[in-house]
Order: sequence, then C-alpha cells, then structure tokens
Amino acid sequence: MMKKLLLSLAVIGFLAGCASTDTQKSADVTEGKPSVPPASTDTQKPKPPPTVATPLPPSDAKGGDPLDPLNPKSMLNQQRSVFFDYDSVVVKDEYKPLVSAHARYLVANRTQKITIEGNTDERGSREYNIALGQKRADSVRQMMVLLGVKEDQIEAVSFGEEKPRNQGHDEASFSQNRRSDIRYTGDK
Amino acid sequence: MNNKNLRSLFLLWLLFSGGAFAQLKIEITGFGSNQLPIAILPLKGEEALPQKVTEIVAADLYRSGLFKIVDSGGVNPLPSEPSEVQFPTWKSRGADAVVIGSVSAMPNGNWDVRFRLMDVLKQSQITGFAYQVNASQLRNTAHKIADAIYEKMTGDVGVFSTRITYVVRRGTRFELQVADADGFGAQTVLASNEPIISPSWAPDGNRIAYVSFERRKPIVYIQSLVTGQRTVAANFKGSNSAPAWSPDGRRLAVVLSKDGNSQIYLINADGSGVTRLTNTGTIDTEPNFSPDGQHLIFTSDRGGSPQIYRVAVGGGAPERLTFDGTYNVSPRYAPDGKSFVFIQRAGGRFNVAMQDFVSKQAQSLTENGIDESPSFAPNSKIILYATEVRGRGILAAVSSDGRVRQRFSAEAGDVREPAWGPLTKNP
Repeated sequence: MMKKLLLSLAVIGFLAGCASTDTQKSADVTEGKPSVPPASTDTQKPKPPPTVATPLPPSDAKGGDPLDPLNPKSMLNQQRSVFFDYDSVVVKDEYKPLVSAHARYLVANRTQKITIEGNTDERGSREYNIALGQKRADSVRQMMVLLGVKEDQIEAVSFGEEKPRNQGHDEASFSQNRRSDIRYTGDK
Repeated sequence: MNNKNLRSLFLLWLLFSGGAFAQLKIEITGFGSNQLPIAILPLKGEEALPQKVTEIVAADLYRSGLFKIVDSGGVNPLPSEPSEVQFPTWKSRGADAVVIGSVSAMPNGNWDVRFRLMDVLKQSQITGFAYQVNASQLRNTAHKIADAIYEKMTGDVGVFSTRITYVVRRGTRFELQVADADGFGAQTVLASNEPIISPSWAPDGNRIAYVSFERRKPIVYIQSLVTGQRTVAANFKGSNSAPAWSPDGRRLAVVLSKDGNSQIYLINADGSGVTRLTNTGTIDTEPNFSPDGQHLIFTSDRGGSPQIYRVAVGGGAPERLTFDGTYNVSPRYAPDGKSFVFIQRAGGRFNVAMQDFVSKQAQSLTENGIDESPSFAPNSKIILYATEVRGRGILAAVSSDGRVRQRFSAEAGDVREPAWGPLTKNP
C-alpha cells in the first residue's frame, strides 16, 4: 500500500517534470554550410531540449497498467530519455523525477533488467564521444543505484555519436542527441 | 605527357576500369615543392596486358605529388635494354631518370615483368627487378615497381603496395572495407545495419580489430582478412572500444567501462589476460602503442579538458603532451616514433595537427575544420584522415610537411574511419 502511494507520488512528480509543450521544431539544415559548431559552444547554454508532451494515459483496464514499462501506453514506456547540456554529463533537475520513477519500478521488480544507452552529438572524436556517452549513461546508472536499484539490474553502454535520433547538424538536433535512453529487457 | 594530361587520363581510366570492384576516386589538390622529373616508358610487350603496368606506376608516382611525369611519347623503337636508351633525348626533355623494361608471357601462363630505373645524367642503372607473376598479381607488381622507384629517388620507403581500411555508410548500411592504397580493389570485410568504428590493423596486415554495434552495444572483434573468420576480443559489461595493436601483434590496448568509466586495459589478442593500465575517475581513451611497444599515447580529460598523455606500458605516472587549446584528441604515433598526429580543436574547428616529441612544437596540417581519425602511412610521410565535403564524408590525405594533399571519395555514401595498413613483405 505504502509502496503504491510512493509510486503514485513519484509518477506525479515525474509527469510534472517532463510535460512541456513541443514548441521547438528542429530548424531546416542549410545545405552547403559546413557543420562546424560556433566558436563559443563550450560555454553556450543551449535551450532545454524539446520534450514531447505526453497525455496522461488512462489508468483503467483498457489502457493497461500505467506503471508497466512494457505497456506501450504507460508513462514508464513513453518517457525513457534524459537530455544533457553540451559537454555535460550531469543529470539536470528536470529529469530527476523521470529517473526516480524508473528506479522505483526497478526496486519493486528485482528481476527486471535495463540497459542505459548514452549518446552524444556529432562534434568531436568518435571514440571520445563513446567515452562521453558512457559517462552520461553512468550518471543515470549511479543515480538509480543510489535510489536502491541493484547493479546487476543495469548495464550502462554508450553509442557515442553513432546512433543520432536527429540527423540534423544544428543545435536543435544536437540537443536531442545528447541523451541517455532507458531500455527495458523485453522491450520490442 | 604533362601533368594535366596524365591527370585527365588517370581520371578517365578510373571511370572506365571500375569492373566488379567498388573503388575510391583520388584527386590531388596539392603538390610537393620539389618534383622529381621522371620519364616512364611503356614496357615492351605490355600492350598484351589487360591493364598497362606503367600506367599504374605513373599514376602512383604522380599521386604522391613528388614526381613530375615527363612526356615519353614519340619514341620508336621503344628501348627495353639499357644499351638502347638515347640518354641525350631524355636529358633534353628534362628527365632525371627514365624507366624502361619489358613484359613477356611465360610457358606456364604467368608473366615475366622486368624494369630498370636509369640515371639520365650518369647514364647508368639505379635499380631494376624482374617479377614472375600471374595475371591477378599484375596491379600489385606495378605498385611494387612504383615503391622501388620512389624509394631510390626520394630515400623514403614507398607505400603504394600497402592497403587501407575504412567504413562506408550508405543510409543505414555500414560496410568495413579494405582497398589498395590507390583506392582500387575495395572489398567488404563486414556489412552491418549497425555502426562499425575504429578499425585497427594487426602488424601482420592479416587481421583487423574493430568495434561493432550489432548487439546494441560496442564490442571489440578481431577478423581475419585471410579466412574471414572473426572472434570477440572484448565483450565485457558496459562499452568495449578503441582497439590498438601492440607492435608484436600479441596484445591489444582497449577501452572498457566494466569497472565504472572508460579506462585503458591491455588484453591478449584472444581476449584473455585483462590488465588495467589506467586508474582514474575520468575518461581515458584512444590508446595507441609507440613503435617500440614501450609506451602508449592516449586521450584523457583528467586535467579538466581532453588532452594527449603518454604512459609506459608497464604503468606509472602519465606525462601530459599537449597544452594548447581545450580539446586535443585521437593521437597516433608516427611509425618512425619521432612525432604524433592528433585532432586539435581551435575556435570550434577540428583540424589535423602534428607534434614533434623532442621540440614539443605542434603544427597544424589541415584547415577543413571538420577533420577526424588521422592515421599515418607506414613511411611516416602521409597522414590519412576523414573529413567532409558538401556534407558528405570523404577520406583525405596530407603529407607530413603539409604540402601534398589528396582526396578520396566513393561513388555514393559517407566514407570515414580510415586506417592505413602496414608495409607488406616483398614477394
């Protein structure tokens, strides 16, 4: 009973943290321009990455369990991505409820395993980006472990810049590619 | 024939000799300051071959940017022996050296190919070899001849008979390919619907280690180019990447995240004997062995930004090598051990730079701004790297003095992740 209440609280916080309007459409990539980042990218604080507003799934029998990550209609299924600032591996406050919600599910379901897949934008060395993506995956992993998830439930891996979600070469695209994705064993 | 004509001819020949193999087209965009004038006469009897040997030799030497090909037209009869060479003719045409020779069919179906490199001023032979080869070895024989001429005239080892590897991406398809150093005869080693990165040649030239994402995580494989068979070299929990061979071919340096973050480990080529080399809470990656096998250079952000460090293979305190800028990555030793190349970010642009170990001076070699993955030719004279032209990934090469530049492009798709193979043993 207590566990369920905690879970519900976590979900509310999680939704509050993640729901925002999708106002940021990725800009068209100008052909012929070299994909060279601006000189000031080091210190630039990009706009928050676009997050998709997800309608709250109905918690009736038809929609299935809203807290089952394998149920396509659940928020644990739909909210799987943590976005990062340029050259940063820090999980921002706005994504902490999301990580907590997944952690709570994993604590309650000890046989469930996940992979956290770290990603980077395309700038810089491919191998260095593997290491940077690994740090992003490890940041999420460490947070989950602090919340009680067992190490053997999690494998943190990196795709570096190799599997971009957005193929564009502008900051709007890059911000979608600086990401850790949570993938459940059993996901299609 | 002047350079321009030869270049047109070469490009035409590239267009029409595609055949069954994919290939990379090569374009020269810079030349050496001192070009050695050489006349390359058709080998007597080579018109019987499907591909004239001297065309390949001339294209190799021309592409190096260090030779000026002197017009050899209108000579009748063609000399094939030193006594038949009219040295005053070649002197008046400005040639320092002239290549002559012959090709003849042998009773067993093989070809006898022989050439002599003659010094025009001294009117004497500089070098000469004879090869008995089958038809499939003729291209390679031409590259060996070009290597021999290059070595005698420049004093450096020729690399025309070596091979390169690289990754081609077409849409969602990735192919690890191996081709001759002139881009011909490309063959697919591995095709996958998931990315392939970081190919690394074993010193014997018969195996390539690489990273494949086909199992939804980076895993290091070693594949034989002879049998096509492959083995898993590193598949630990987490990411496995950045393989680099030791010069004796027995061990690999790899980057594993199994103990928490990306760190450098040494493993045997069969995957056994894992030894941790670096031990930091930061990123340590992109290891590369020194030619003597005693040190590794690598990228680390232990100082707050990614920089190049050097550490003894036996361990100990690493020494920082780069200090300019906040992003210096992807170091590779020159095969002569005197310098290393790396990618340097300056003002948001990524260029190939080279740094001398003794003077510690770094020099920028390229200015494309989007360059990555530099790799030395085995003679330390050319650096192959990946760049982009109009949004497409291509390979490019620059001489270590920054003067000679080449571009390699495939007919379709992005080409990236080049690695220049080792010297091949003479047959």
